[in-house]
Amino acid sequence: MSQPIEVTLRALAVLVAFLVLPLLVGQTEHKVMAHMQGRLGPMYAGGFHGWAQLVADGVKFVQKEDITPAAADRWVFRVAPAVALVPYLVALAAIPLSPHLVAAAAPGSAVFVLAVTAVGILGTLMAGWASANKYSLLGAMRAAAQLLSYELPMVLAVASVCLAAGSLSLTGIAGAWSPWWLLWQLPGAVVFLVSAVAELQRPPFDMPVADSEIVFGAYTEYTGLRFAFFLLSEYAGIVVMSLLFAVLYLGGWHGAFSDVLGWLWTLLKGFAVAVLVIWLRVAWPRLREDQLQRLAWLVLVPLALGQLALTGLWVVTTA
Amino acid sequence: MTQASRPSSRGAVPGILKGLATTAKTLVRPTHTAEYPDVPPHLPPRSRGVIALLEENCTSCMLCARECPDWCIYIDSHKETIPAAAPGGRERQRNVLDRFAIDFSLCMYCGICIEVCPFDALHWSPEFEYSELDIRDLLHEKGRLGQWMPTVPPPPALDERSADPAEIAATTRPARGASKLVTGERATAGARAERARPTRSVGDDSPSGAAGATPGEAAAAEAQARPTPPPEGEDQK
Repeated sequence: MSQPIEVTLRALAVLVAFLVLPLLVGQTEHKVMAHMQGRLGPMYAGGFHGWAQLVADGVKFVQKEDITPAAADRWVFRVAPAVALVPYLVALAAIPLSPHLVAAAAPGSAVFVLAVTAVGILGTLMAGWASANKYSLLGAMRAAAQLLSYELPMVLAVASVCLAAGSLSLTGIAGAWSPWWLLWQLPGAVVFLVSAVAELQRPPFDMPVADSEIVFGAYTEYTGLRFAFFLLSEYAGIVVMSLLFAVLYLGGWHGAFSDVLGWLWTLLKGFAVAVLVIWLRVAWPRLREDQLQRLAWLVLVPLALGQLALTGLWVVTTA
Repeated sequence: MTQASRPSSRGAVPGILKGLATTAKTLVRPTHTAEYPDVPPHLPPRSRGVIALLEENCTSCMLCARECPDWCIYIDSHKETIPAAAPGGRERQRNVLDRFAIDFSLCMYCGICIEVCPFDALHWSPEFEYSELDIRDLLHEKGRLGQWMPTVPPPPALDERSADPAEIAATTRPARGASKLVTGERATAGARAERARPTRSVGDDSPSGAAGATPGEAAAAEAQARPTPPPEGEDQK
């Protein structure tokens, strides 16, 4: 197959996954959250248990007026949703579903994915700054503080896994995975999960969009499709982080019939992690801003450093 | 889960784990949602949905209209003279109901009109789906009020050891000065009283079921039985 066609096909496949998986997670959140609260959730859209609710929501968002505030920094304001959305699309391309099923196989894909997902927060920052709204600015500042606090433990946790596998490529890491890692890398896994939830600004770490305090944070002034893009980026972020967690800590495609059904295993494990993220949102209240910083610097960073030291010790002694 | 090690959490089972357990338990339990338009609601007995009119019982005595706290009942009537039944007899007069309307945009569902009606012309019906797009359309004339009559549930059964209703007690009481009447007659009268009681028990009545049982057909049968009421709106002035 000629190269341009192959590249186009791979890009298309990633785009389709990028448009389908977040909706799947969003619908799961609708239903799981509803049942956890003793409700039914959407029941009408599409006929069967409201399966088309998010499609209907999308149609609604498209119809809404796209407003740019008069005092806003027009260009930055309009570009911000794309800046928030595109990094997760790029990150999704680098995550392998099975040893051979990866859209863009990069040698240092673990580093690449981490770097790219960190760019997503920039969109929130731009949105908050350009909105000319004090609540938006407060939200953006909170998002920035949150990113700074949680990027470090996350990188440290991933570094520990890379050290254990002796590889910076996600394919290599998942290939070197063994069930023993579930125990060995457990502290790192917990640190990664907490940091991922914090970086996605999901409850209990949703101070940047805390609706009872600062309206809707950086997204306050957004309407219509641009607002929908921010929501989509949140769910795309859940997909990326869940798949990343599955590949790094749960062994990705390892499982029964892994040579045929490997991709399914990765997707299933990622989906389970996404359900866990949803569960945490339903069960736990929002942290205060100072509690967030306290948790990051006094608990997660030492824990991640300890995990890194443990991994290093083990690798050196057994090598 | 790392947050369990936070200094603020105390107790054997940290609160955050309890929260997870509670939500997980709720997830597997059936939901409380009443899917109203698809599933008819289970209404309690004696639900006050709408006031139905049994036109034949109404004597236009105006008691209900006068007792109504917010004056939402409108009654018009005229007298008709009935010619003497037998030659040489006296002509009699009778009230004929021209208009009976209840404005449900004013009604506060106190039920006083139903309480004061001496002839049981007004009844509570559990029917509640009569919302309108215009508030003025909530003024319902006697034709519409009569259509709700088939949805009125039968009265609940009396309590287990309650006294006989006055009407039945009157038949079983021995006639004045006839205290030496044979006891057998009393026994048959008592059996008649048993039969006259409604057999339904209070617990199992489901007005929603009664309301759902093709009210249209029942209303049509009712309408045939009655003299045809003038079409609604014609007597609104």
